[in-house]
Amino acid sequence: MIEVINLTKRYGDKKAVDNISFKAEDGEVLGFLGPNGAGKSTTMNILTGYISCTDGKALIDGVDILEDPIKAKKQIGYLPELPPLYMDMIVKEYLYFVYDLKKCKLPKVSHLKDICGLVKIDHVYNRIIKNLSKGYRQRVGLAQALIGNPKVLILDEPTVGLDPKQIIEIRTLIRKLGKNHTVILSSHILSEVQAVCDKIIVINEGKVVANDTEEHLSQKLSGEHKLTAKIQGDKDKIVRAMQGIKGVEKVICDASHKDGVNDIRIEAKEGVDIRRDVFETVVKNGWYMLELKTSELSLEDIFLKLTMGEALPALENTSDKEGND
Amino acid sequence: MGAIFRREVRSYFTSPIGYIFLAAFYAYSGVMFANYSLESGYTRLDSVFSALLIIIIVLIPVLTMRTISEEKRTKTDQCLLTAPVGLGSIVVGKFLAAFLIYIIAIAITGVFAVIVSAFGTPDWNVVVGNIVALALVGGAYIAIGIFCSSFTENQIVAAVISFIALIFVSFLSTIGNLLPFEWLTTVCEKVSFGERYYSFTYGLFDFSNVVFFLSAIVAFLFLTVRVLEKRRWG
Repeated sequence: MIEVINLTKRYGDKKAVDNISFKAEDGEVLGFLGPNGAGKSTTMNILTGYISCTDGKALIDGVDILEDPIKAKKQIGYLPELPPLYMDMIVKEYLYFVYDLKKCKLPKVSHLKDICGLVKIDHVYNRIIKNLSKGYRQRVGLAQALIGNPKVLILDEPTVGLDPKQIIEIRTLIRKLGKNHTVILSSHILSEVQAVCDKIIVINEGKVVANDTEEHLSQKLSGEHKLTAKIQGDKDKIVRAMQGIKGVEKVICDASHKDGVNDIRIEAKEGVDIRRDVFETVVKNGWYMLELKTSELSLEDIFLKLTMGEALPALENTSDKEGND
Repeated sequence: MGAIFRREVRSYFTSPIGYIFLAAFYAYSGVMFANYSLESGYTRLDSVFSALLIIIIVLIPVLTMRTISEEKRTKTDQCLLTAPVGLGSIVVGKFLAAFLIYIIAIAITGVFAVIVSAFGTPDWNVVVGNIVALALVGGAYIAIGIFCSSFTENQIVAAVISFIALIFVSFLSTIGNLLPFEWLTTVCEKVSFGERYYSFTYGLFDFSNVVFFLSAIVAFLFLTVRVLEKRRWG
């Protein structure tokens, strides 16, 4: 459905997007994961024809966005980072405007009604957009993208600025939409992408760092071998006992509290699950386990991990075009 | 194009701009009409029409300043530029909307002619010629204003640039007169919008002038499309 081949976007000397290639099949939810400034929005802007690329190609349903923009754009619904709303219009007028702008052929009233029901903006339908909260503006933006029932939905950080309840709703909605549409969404929140996407592309500094399915990626990046624990007992004994567990590489006591509670960090060899052994050791010694959790990998950890040589099997080869310009 | 046209027309009347434009134009033209025609008992409207050039130079930047700059500032251009419409229809839609407001404004001159006809017989050919000329020169100025608006994200900057540009193209012949080369003076006179407009108010309906203004409209709208296109590639 979407094919991106060697896409590059240069602003002066800076490469905002550097030789990115990926594919999204029909009915797939693809997640773009990356820190701010990684090139997520730029890639999306190129895919939707808002800006052009310096090099490479972006095909929407086989149509090059630069060669036949109008045909390609017909397939796309786009929610940019900042929803493109006219503040002085009421929601209804705005949606009617977008409907006309997209030259949509579906029955107007019922189509817009369906969309409003889907994104739950029925009760703000006659309000001025200026007076809506951030969450509702985001939904109106999403409604605008859905008009015309496009095959491809491109959503740039769709849950930014929403409250937790709304985030869950929007995620559920995206998953629902993913059944009939090809969805590309960007985020800098790992758990969000994990929750919603079939396939994840991690980008950093304009390059694809990893391109894999969600299961693969989380397996590879799982933090099971890194634990943090709160254990009540004698600090030195605990550290020594933990070091004795098979597979443990490093034990660090981050802090000891007055009541004998210690914050312990335990790192084992990759792929070794030591949670049961840690628990048993604590019980055997008569200490108290107050908390035990796997350290969640932050986005920074992932980048470090992915860029520091611990490459994934599906790692994209991003270096072949370097130096050719 | 239709959707953009309708939205623009609507936005002129949901913001104060449309009202300010119309009110200022009606007030100024009314004073000019009273002054040059009613009070002096003069049934020819050519002085009124030539006096109107100044006010449209002042007011058209107000009408066009936000057309593209505001879209860029609020990022609503992302909605327009990612929709399945060509850049040409976006620009033409905006032009036609501003032009409609302008036509509503200058329609008052028709009323003046009717008032005058109560006292004498105006030369209707000349009056119609003048109204057409006013519409054409305004259209060209609107195209220039939209073009200037595409350079910046700031409405005020857009208005100031357009104002300077309009002063320049209108009074090019005056500037030309100060130049030491005769050929350059002639060139300036030929491309001076003001000179060509005034020739209508003298009662001369010259088709070359009509073609000139129409070409100016097309040229500046085309340049606006190129600016938007270039921004995409930048």
